[in-house]
Amino acid sequence: MSTALFHACIGILLCTMGLFAFIVHRHLLRRLLAFNVMGSGCFLLLVGLAQDGRGPDPVPQALVLTGIVVAVASTALALVIFRRWYRVSGEGQLPEDV
Amino acid sequence: MSGTNAWLPLAVLATSLVAAVGIFLLREHRHGLRTVFNLTAALLKLALVVWMALGVLDGMHYELRHSLFEGIDFVLRADMLGMMFAGLSSLLWLFTTIYAIGYLENAPNRSRFFGFFSLCVASTVGIALAGNLFTFFLFYELLTLSTYPLVVHRGTEKALRAGRIYLIYTLGGGAVLLLGLALLASLVGEPAFDAGATVQALEDVDPTLLTTIFVLLVAGLGVKAALIPLHGWLPTAMVAPAPVSALLHAVAVVKAGAFGIARVVYDVYGIEFAWQLGLLEPLAWLACATILFGSIRALAQTDLKRRLAFSTVSQVSYVILGIALFGPVGTAGGLVHLLHQGLMKITLFFCAGNYAETLGVHRIDELDGAGRRMPATSVAFTVGAFGMIGVPPLAGFVTKWYLGIGALDAGMAWVVAVLIASSLLNAAYFLPILHRIWFRPQRGEWPDEQYKQHRDTHPLLLAPALVTAGFSVGAGLLAGMPFSPLYWAEVVILREYLP
Amino acid sequence: MTVQPATANLLAWLVMLPLAAAVLTMLLPLRLRAAASLVLLAPMTLLALMLGAALATHGPFVLALGGWATPLGIALQADGPAVGMTLLTVAISVPCAIHAAAYLRGHAEAEYFWALFWFLWASLNTIWMSTDIFNLYVGIELLGLAAVGLVALRGDAEALAAAMRYLLAALLGSLAYLIGVALLYGGHGSLSLAHLAQTDHAQATTAVALAAMSLGLALKTALFPLHAWLPPAHGGALTPVSALLSALVIKASFFIMLRLWFALAPPGLSTAATLLGLLGAFAVFWGGWKALRQSRLKHLVAYSTVAQIGYLFLFFPLAIGTGEAAARLAWDGTMLMLISHALAKAAMFLAAGNLILAIGSPRIADLAGIGRYRQFSLLSFGIAGVGIMGLPPSGGFGAKWLLMQSALAGGGWLWVAVLIGGGLLSAAYVFKVFRHAFIEGPKRDRFEDPPAALEITALVLALVSLMIGLAAHGPLTWLRLGTPFGVSE
Repeated sequence: MSTALFHACIGILLCTMGLFAFIVHRHLLRRLLAFNVMGSGCFLLLVGLAQDGRGPDPVPQALVLTGIVVAVASTALALVIFRRWYRVSGEGQLPEDV
Repeated sequence: MSGTNAWLPLAVLATSLVAAVGIFLLREHRHGLRTVFNLTAALLKLALVVWMALGVLDGMHYELRHSLFEGIDFVLRADMLGMMFAGLSSLLWLFTTIYAIGYLENAPNRSRFFGFFSLCVASTVGIALAGNLFTFFLFYELLTLSTYPLVVHRGTEKALRAGRIYLIYTLGGGAVLLLGLALLASLVGEPAFDAGATVQALEDVDPTLLTTIFVLLVAGLGVKAALIPLHGWLPTAMVAPAPVSALLHAVAVVKAGAFGIARVVYDVYGIEFAWQLGLLEPLAWLACATILFGSIRALAQTDLKRRLAFSTVSQVSYVILGIALFGPVGTAGGLVHLLHQGLMKITLFFCAGNYAETLGVHRIDELDGAGRRMPATSVAFTVGAFGMIGVPPLAGFVTKWYLGIGALDAGMAWVVAVLIASSLLNAAYFLPILHRIWFRPQRGEWPDEQYKQHRDTHPLLLAPALVTAGFSVGAGLLAGMPFSPLYWAEVVILREYLP
Repeated sequence: MTVQPATANLLAWLVMLPLAAAVLTMLLPLRLRAAASLVLLAPMTLLALMLGAALATHGPFVLALGGWATPLGIALQADGPAVGMTLLTVAISVPCAIHAAAYLRGHAEAEYFWALFWFLWASLNTIWMSTDIFNLYVGIELLGLAAVGLVALRGDAEALAAAMRYLLAALLGSLAYLIGVALLYGGHGSLSLAHLAQTDHAQATTAVALAAMSLGLALKTALFPLHAWLPPAHGGALTPVSALLSALVIKASFFIMLRLWFALAPPGLSTAATLLGLLGAFAVFWGGWKALRQSRLKHLVAYSTVAQIGYLFLFFPLAIGTGEAAARLAWDGTMLMLISHALAKAAMFLAAGNLILAIGSPRIADLAGIGRYRQFSLLSFGIAGVGIMGLPPSGGFGAKWLLMQSALAGGGWLWVAVLIGGGLLSAAYVFKVFRHAFIEGPKRDRFEDPPAALEITALVLALVSLMIGLAAHGPLTWLRLGTPFGVSE
């Protein structure tokens, strides 16, 4: 197994773990963390798969950089909303039924 | 084709559409201006329709075509059959508007009422002028939408319930019609009104499929035409104000259903082809069943408007019976009844509204002696009732005579028995009313008497009833003259449906 | 097709101007933000119209941003769907902005509304015009963030919970999409849709990628059963926000899905297409049923969106594996459905918001008696309702007609039943509102009077949604430009 493919496999593993945690946990901070783990898995997958056997490729690097910026922004927004929600409701998680 | 000829059908539509928009925009208290809008639009429309009808009679061609999607056009066209219906509805609209202005004096929500009233007539004229089944459907559904606010106008629990039932029936019917129309369009493209040429030109089509489509179309239209077992909405909708009842029964809704069935039989399938497919005899059976059923149910009603409603169920099926009779005379009977029933039934509803407004009378057993208090209204009512029974020389007699001869021509002698039975039933549910009005003494005070200063009732309520009653007499007496309904029906048949 | 650089740059302007406007509205003093935004609507409208004219004269064209060629550079395209959606965005955003300016006057929420509004517009335009799957990702992510921010604007517990739920759904959807991007780039070494369309679609990678991306996008479009986030978000947001979200935002993810399936769908994928169609059918009935059960007006309208999304997904079974004529009708029908739903739903939300202002309560039961006093909003609601019910002459009817013809041409009886049954169900919930509004009782005769700007914007949108059904021929011909269905032009 090449290093690149190894990265990709780890990426998939991270994604799966993240998804599992995202579904299992109710607390919003945990879900946010799970989302970030998933995101990292995705980026690994993106870099890993693309570099398989074709030599260095700048495109995935550019993509991952963009992706990280987007993920940071999303996390920041989520944190802001979470803090407001916590202040208003005193709860760390969303009400169960809609 | 010159530009005017294309725009004239649109202008006829626009008169009431523009009036509707204008009335919606008016503030509630601008009664004078609203009346001006209403009457101007009604008169203008009538004038345009008459002009166009005369043009059609001279062989002019009025058509407006606008492409909607690939292969489907929006077509407005004036042909003889359409002009007959357009003429009826614009004439009766004028009287109904006058009547409604009087009827709704001092009532709330008049802007809404007259706005939708105009919209409703715009839809009806659209139905009359539709040049293909697709365009017909557009206006047919628009008619459903614009009548709903009129049916629930009073806003009472009963009115809202009637509105719900009306919607369930008509939207359900619309869905069935749409299914039939979509199937037809998937076979022929644009479902044109060409006396069946397109449908007959289809090759390798299973006749069962064509029959299915016919059944779907007639079932969808049969809801508005109140064919049994689809008539349930009509008696319930009686809670609406009297002008709305007139609209439902005489001017627009049930007529739209019957007219649609005429279009499907004559223009989409072609009467000979429909006959060959064996579709007309079941339709005749259904019409006869509805005629008898409506009359029998009418007998049992104690409420005047409900009795009239079941009478409509029965009378509209005369039109459908005429359509289903294969042969020119029967067809003439059916088509002419489209007009005759409108004139007679609107008279009856105007009168019923007058009794309710002036005396507070709703039940038949409260009518004792009404002839002395309201002689003019009662004369009009009597004319309408005799017409419905088919007493010569009134309009109803002409219809029944032609239908009977047509049935014999078509080899369906049993129809004559149905006609006789129905006339007896008509007599059985109308004569007791007339007896009460004219020959019984008044019992105590009227439930809620208004307009005491008038000898009869408010002139705006009385005049339309008298005029339409006069028309019903004239249509019968002068049936042989040019421009009578019968003359018009015969021209339709001679020009368009005879090979 | 080569066009003048100035013309091609229209594409860039249509993204840059709203971005600049977003920054500007953050920098300006609070009281000037609405005014500046209203002024900027004019150049946006003008740019979009010029783009439309350019497409009409030159046919589809592409702009490589900054002269950098793909894959490192980013290209924007103007084909029929892209330009059509750009124009639709203008048609919805302009009335919504005017409505918002009046609606938010004197509200603290106005502080952030305008910046988010312009970000939303920028990301929408990006999505319509993108040519590669990663740019689409960036677009949909920005769109999600702007939309979540708008939902959270009201700031109470309900709005925040709805925003949070929406954010989680949006993030999960984006990640699923991103996994697909990774797989596709890994498999084919390209991000460009045009290039991907020429690769071998039989590869397993493509199928897995398409599945992951479709799942993510279906979540963002709120396809049944992934719709739970939508009603609280759309029903609970500020009125102009609800209108924007229901009309445009969910359409963006659906639009990406269309682009992907055009480029990537391997032959013989009709099982997956049928599955999407079935979910759509369930959405139509479940959304309609839930709408009927709502006691709050805006939540009714929101569930109606869940139902209407279902119609859009009928495109997949109608267009895939059914033959050319059926596919073409399905495309026309879906585009018309998308457009007329956007117009009608925006109108309906605005009208619902006006009714709520008039009665001072979000509940449908409190509408009793309004039929006599505030007929204007009710009329707008009704006209929009005609489109939602799919009754003639609205665009919704035209769309259903085309979809039905497509289903009949392809032999899909089930879809005909869905279209007709769904229409009846939507009539049930639209008329539920009217039944309450027409009640005449002594209960109440004083209602608030919403400002005229609110009433007029709702009515104008409603009328356009009605009229589009009669004027659909031209736009539909246009929307086929540059797509597989535009062969005849």
